[in-house]
Amino acid sequence: MSVWIAVAVTAVGCYAVKLAGLLVPAGVLERPLVKRLSALLPVALLAALTAQQTFADGQALVLDARAAGLGAAAVALVLRAPFLVVVAAAVVVTAGVRALTG
Amino acid sequence: MTAAGSGLTVLQSCALSLLVFTGASQFALVGALAAGSNPFTAAAGAFFLGVRNAFYGLRLSQLLALPRAVRPLAAQWVIDETTAVTLAQPTRRGARIGFTVTGLTLYALWNLTTLLGALGAEALGDTEAWGLDAAGPAVFLALLAPMLKTSTERAVAAGAVLLGLGLLPVLPAGVPVLAAALAAPAVLYLKGRRAGGTRDEEREEDR
Repeated sequence: MSVWIAVAVTAVGCYAVKLAGLLVPAGVLERPLVKRLSALLPVALLAALTAQQTFADGQALVLDARAAGLGAAAVALVLRAPFLVVVAAAVVVTAGVRALTG
Repeated sequence: MTAAGSGLTVLQSCALSLLVFTGASQFALVGALAAGSNPFTAAAGAFFLGVRNAFYGLRLSQLLALPRAVRPLAAQWVIDETTAVTLAQPTRRGARIGFTVTGLTLYALWNLTTLLGALGAEALGDTEAWGLDAAGPAVFLALLAPMLKTSTERAVAAGAVLLGLGLLPVLPAGVPVLAAALAAPAVLYLKGRRAGGTRDEEREEDR
């Protein structure tokens, strides 16, 4: 039963915050400061998320094969490679480094 | 996936993916429940991880310009991935298509893999050996790169990376990413102070 309570509370809470962002009135979003902030916030969040997915193992920071993979993806991006090549470069290099370092 | 291994029934796992649909929150909830925390504490942690979706919604409602009636439906799809794809589109039409296709595809796949995982299928085997755990951040990096056009955006991204990684060991899960969002107002404030008279330059970057 307690699992169902947890699922229900999480579902309601998570849905509410998702909806809250979408329901902010257009008038508020027109203000220059809000406009600039709302454009920059996703950039900050996604950048932090990308870094954490690359360097985090639980709550510890680690430098492992994923970092090499992301490095390869960055190089591919600089070389203006297509999207799928960028992702493939990260996957292949990560798997390769893992295979080599066992 | 992890849900089945930690005491959730098939029905509970599937309900979680269908109703919550924001991966980090789900993993946090399942992990906390498995560790024996009470349902409300577990839900609070998951909620924290979901708060960033509200900030995504702010931007998405500008880009998508959805009719009011559609918003409650679209809300469930406001997550990291749909935001990244939508932000990368140059036109409103592209943004709407990107949001819908990404939302629909991920919702279907996420719930399908949850069901398969809960039923005990281990079809993928060891995803780490294949390097697939690097695909997520690589996708975000590829979508993020075109957004880093001006020095403001680059400074925000760099600040967020530092905050997100620096605070990771010391704050509970989900909070470091939220704290990293502070890079946005911080950079705007610093730029505003430094710019002073050169307001025109800022306008230019405003697109």
